[in-house]
Amino acid sequence: MSVHASPTLFMAMAAKEAAGAHPDGVTLSASLGLTGGALRVPGRGDMWARAVRLGLRAPLGGFRAFTAKADAQGSGRVTAEVIEHLERLALVDFGSQEAVARLEKAIAFADRLRQVDTDGVEPMESVLEDRCLYLRSDNVVEGNCAEELLQNSHRVVEEYFVAPPGNIPLPKLDEQESFPHN
Amino acid sequence: MLGRTLREVSVALKRGQVTPTELCQKCLALIKKTKFLNAYITVSEEAALKQAEASEKRYKKGQSLGDLDGIPVAVKDNFSTTGIETTCASNMLKGYVPPYNATVVQKLLDQGALLMGKTNLDEFAMGSGSTDGVFGPVKNPWSYSKQYREKRKQKPRDENDSDWLITGGSSGGSAAAVSAFTCFAALGSDTGGSTRNPAAHCGLIGFKPSYGLVSRHGLIPLVNSMDVPGILTRCVDDTAIVLGVLAGHDPKDSTTVQGPVNSFLLPSLTDVSKLCIGIPKEYLVPELSPEVRSLWSKAADLFDSEGAKVKEVSLPHTCYSIVCYHVLCTSEVASNMARFDGLEYGHRCDIDISTEAMYATTRREGFNDVVRGRILSGNFFLLKENYEDYFIKAQKVRRLIANDFVNVFNSGVDVLLTPTTLREAVPYLEFIQEDNRTRSAQDDIFTQAVNMAGLPAVNIPVALSRQGLPIGLQFIGPAFCDQQLLTVAKWFEQQVQFPVIQLEELMDDCSSVLANEKLASVSLKQQ
Repeated sequence: MSVHASPTLFMAMAAKEAAGAHPDGVTLSASLGLTGGALRVPGRGDMWARAVRLGLRAPLGGFRAFTAKADAQGSGRVTAEVIEHLERLALVDFGSQEAVARLEKAIAFADRLRQVDTDGVEPMESVLEDRCLYLRSDNVVEGNCAEELLQNSHRVVEEYFVAPPGNIPLPKLDEQESFPHN
Repeated sequence: MLGRTLREVSVALKRGQVTPTELCQKCLALIKKTKFLNAYITVSEEAALKQAEASEKRYKKGQSLGDLDGIPVAVKDNFSTTGIETTCASNMLKGYVPPYNATVVQKLLDQGALLMGKTNLDEFAMGSGSTDGVFGPVKNPWSYSKQYREKRKQKPRDENDSDWLITGGSSGGSAAAVSAFTCFAALGSDTGGSTRNPAAHCGLIGFKPSYGLVSRHGLIPLVNSMDVPGILTRCVDDTAIVLGVLAGHDPKDSTTVQGPVNSFLLPSLTDVSKLCIGIPKEYLVPELSPEVRSLWSKAADLFDSEGAKVKEVSLPHTCYSIVCYHVLCTSEVASNMARFDGLEYGHRCDIDISTEAMYATTRREGFNDVVRGRILSGNFFLLKENYEDYFIKAQKVRRLIANDFVNVFNSGVDVLLTPTTLREAVPYLEFIQEDNRTRSAQDDIFTQAVNMAGLPAVNIPVALSRQGLPIGLQFIGPAFCDQQLLTVAKWFEQQVQFPVIQLEELMDDCSSVLANEKLASVSLKQQ
């Protein structure tokens, strides 16, 4: 659950829920034992706690959709969470705010695909889909070129490519500078 | 001699009017003279001279290997070449020397062609200007042509040299190399128009074969389902000769089709009255320059006046093809670029804390912004929550686009006639005002739907613009009808008689005419 979204979103959702009937039944004032017409403005702490609970119950996708609608440009799709996720998957970093902006523009551009009616259309993977793919027979006819291949690597030991230790995850986004410069 | 066609030179070589070594040396000298164009990343001087020597021996024995024996060619730097550095104009592969030849390169060498060098490109072939490689941008030889300079009332070589024009991309280096006469043919690659775009800007024949006709083994991949090797030459017959050598099934590339390969000998068409030319109406966009539009219209009229049937057709999903390409391309790029991790080849950073940290830093150091941007976009579209909405959706739209073409060709159309680019080559300073993605989206508009459908297409230079710069038009044919497409293109080429680029100042020193040349009075028109 990203906590980077603006506080006002939480409050808006919370206010909406507080105003309407809530599945959990009690309104804030009732739960505090206050009755009658006394207007009580819930303390900020209460609202935050309630909002976080509401947020947690909402499906993750739904929350993101909300943030997307917040801005027609599509910005808001690329949250800090998404940035971190993509950087981890791609092992390539954004590097700057411009790169994030470019991604947002790219997504907005790609969104135009929604306008096309593709009902009943099968995805096309290859233009040669109607043809047979031929595989070579599984016989060794070449190879034995370990030396040649090893020459291209920067770090080899005997016939091994040498890699640094694995199983060490990258530091999280907030544990490092947001946009390290080259 | 350097300005002749491939066939003419081949004849001259067979008759001993010129030797492969002489040709090779002339080309090498011209490459040195035109270094400022930045067309070549690597010039393989020693290797080329050795190849020339071998070729000469064969000619002396009367055992030439064929039309390409002894002919200087150039290859785009994203094709692997044994013993010759292959960089894809990227820091990631600087210093990388492949241990094997790409199949198409091997085929050229087996025919005796002389490999002059590896040409410049946009980094990893991503771009439409040949401006984004680490070795710098490529300059369009037409910037220095008499035709262009006269219109601007400038001398051929300005000390300032700040207003030079782009070649287009991403195979700009190959285009500049052929256009400046440093070789007779060059290999490019075509994923979204990367061969046809620079061909249009440099006044060359730029041919994209049908997907599956020519092997991609050894072509460092960008988009596996759309990449093809492309051919750049100065005339259609030359393209046919090269295609004849390159086409055919390759056991090392399972996406090449099997079956007999037709000869690519082009008949001389005299009668076009049985042809049906289609003009896709969706290609008439407001951004199209009036000059290109007028030439397009004149070309249609030309076919009409010669008796062909010319009709307007519709490719309804054209307006979505750029978006679809954008999603599919970035997605495949995200996958294809994953192999660059610094372990087995290419650049490796100094960080040793962990594998992941090493990969991340290597990739940050090795790739430029364009490549990184596409990888990240691609990864976004491939996320579980986005896969259906973007990637699968784009694949569905791709089918619709491919079907558009099938429907049009089934309705009796033999060949489509469209513009290749929106306008002529622009100055570099103007081109870099917009970022790579925007430019690609603008410039690929006429060329990349063809890649999505896997069809053959060719750029033919038509005429010079008011500013004295080349404008080309594109012909598109049905899949695997490459020979027919080139036949129509050849007829059209003969009708328009596109002027030869005048680079006198550069050619003066190099066209030191051999005595043999003057004596030869071969009438090559009989070929």
